Amino acid sequence: MKTISVDKIIEEVEGVCIKANYCLGSDVFDALNNALDTEESQVGKNVLTQLIENAQIAKDEGMAMCQDTGMAVFFVELGQEVNIVGGSLTDAINEGVRRGYKKGFLRNSVVSDPLKRINTNDNTPAIIHYDIIEGDTLTITYGAKGFGSENMSALKMLKPSDGVQGVKKFVVETVSNAGPNPCPPIIVGVGIGGTMEKASIMAKKAALRPLNIQSNNEDIKSMEEELLAKINKLGIGPAGLGGRNTALAVNIETFATHIAGLPVAVNINCHASRHGVIRL
Amino acid sequence: MSIYINSPLNEDSVKELKAGDVVSITGTVYTARDAAHKRMIAILDEGKKLPFDIQNQILYYVGPCPAKEGQVIGSAGPTTSYRMDAYTPRLLDLGLKGMIGKGMRGSDVIDSMKKNNAVYFAAVGGAAALISKSIISEEIVAFEDLGTEAIRRLYVKNFPAVVIIDCEGNNLYETGRLEYEKG
Repeated sequence: MKTISVDKIIEEVEGVCIKANYCLGSDVFDALNNALDTEESQVGKNVLTQLIENAQIAKDEGMAMCQDTGMAVFFVELGQEVNIVGGSLTDAINEGVRRGYKKGFLRNSVVSDPLKRINTNDNTPAIIHYDIIEGDTLTITYGAKGFGSENMSALKMLKPSDGVQGVKKFVVETVSNAGPNPCPPIIVGVGIGGTMEKASIMAKKAALRPLNIQSNNEDIKSMEEELLAKINKLGIGPAGLGGRNTALAVNIETFATHIAGLPVAVNINCHASRHGVIRL
Repeated sequence: MSIYINSPLNEDSVKELKAGDVVSITGTVYTARDAAHKRMIAILDEGKKLPFDIQNQILYYVGPCPAKEGQVIGSAGPTTSYRMDAYTPRLLDLGLKGMIGKGMRGSDVIDSMKKNNAVYFAAVGGAAALISKSIISEEIVAFEDLGTEAIRRLYVKNFPAVVIIDCEGNNLYETGRLEYEKG
């Protein structure tokens, strides 16, 4: 049995919130530079140059790369041989968010009630997805989920007869309809299968996957590549001003589903794809 | 090449701007996003006056990060504009001349822009640290309790933007995309 104190978790969560919002991951930074090399549109090149410069300023000066520092989303993989001491894990994650957003001068973007809409002023509560796994490790993946891109996401309960063509059509349509709104070049997270909520959670997880990691399933990997090529022919381009680079990656996750169903969720993430992993 | 323009705008300066123009804006702009728009419309519904004179002004759709010590403002990039669409024609009728945001606008907004001779700019979404460098001063004008969503008066210098929709309704998002579609 491994023991992990909530104090340690609070400290780590505080740190990952700040670091992810200040320092664009090298996977995304490299993808933006690669996009700059391949972009044909001059206005698109200008946008990409601004984004690379912006990432550099944010890192050098210790400030948020985007003012929408997001709703804090966590995927927690808790080994069943880990003993959390000193309080609840959920409270610890929320306390880490509270401290990180305050200390890092990150924006408080959460309202307590979706209809009454009063800001909680500390960016909590976070959205936390838990998985219990074997072993004695605790892995916490953080994503700062901005809502410009979140709002352009979509879910569709396709029929089995819609098949792979139906899935591809829905993904491309969702990106096409989003146009300039989600801050392209985007990262497209796709969840195929499961149930309604499972597909959405997979899509979110896929959107937070590092851009240099493709699916380890060959069929899915080739679908990721095909969809990326199709999306980059839409012409939307950087900031939606026209160009070749509409998406930096398409990441797909799949799961078993029901004989009657083919759920597909598309979760869009902006180019400021902020994610970080804590391993304890 | 950037076209240098001053804010507040006027009838003539708006007419000169065409979709696709890259501009540098210097002068006063007011911030407002979802909650501030809702309150402004509620104030108008009560027959009262807005907390600032909107005539010829530019609204910047932004909810900035808090400023650290020594900063004028935290990161301050544009938010997606369509969420303000329900409120915008009424503000255009009152003399609002320009908006800075990102993303598409509805047909009601575009019709009202044509009717009222107004312009819609986009700043680069996600370039918020960079954009904050062009903000020289900041003060809260109204709705301080809304925090990041309060109305702020900003003085900006060479604020980088692009004309997306001009006062004739030409739309760069449509023409820019067409050029690179499929081929």
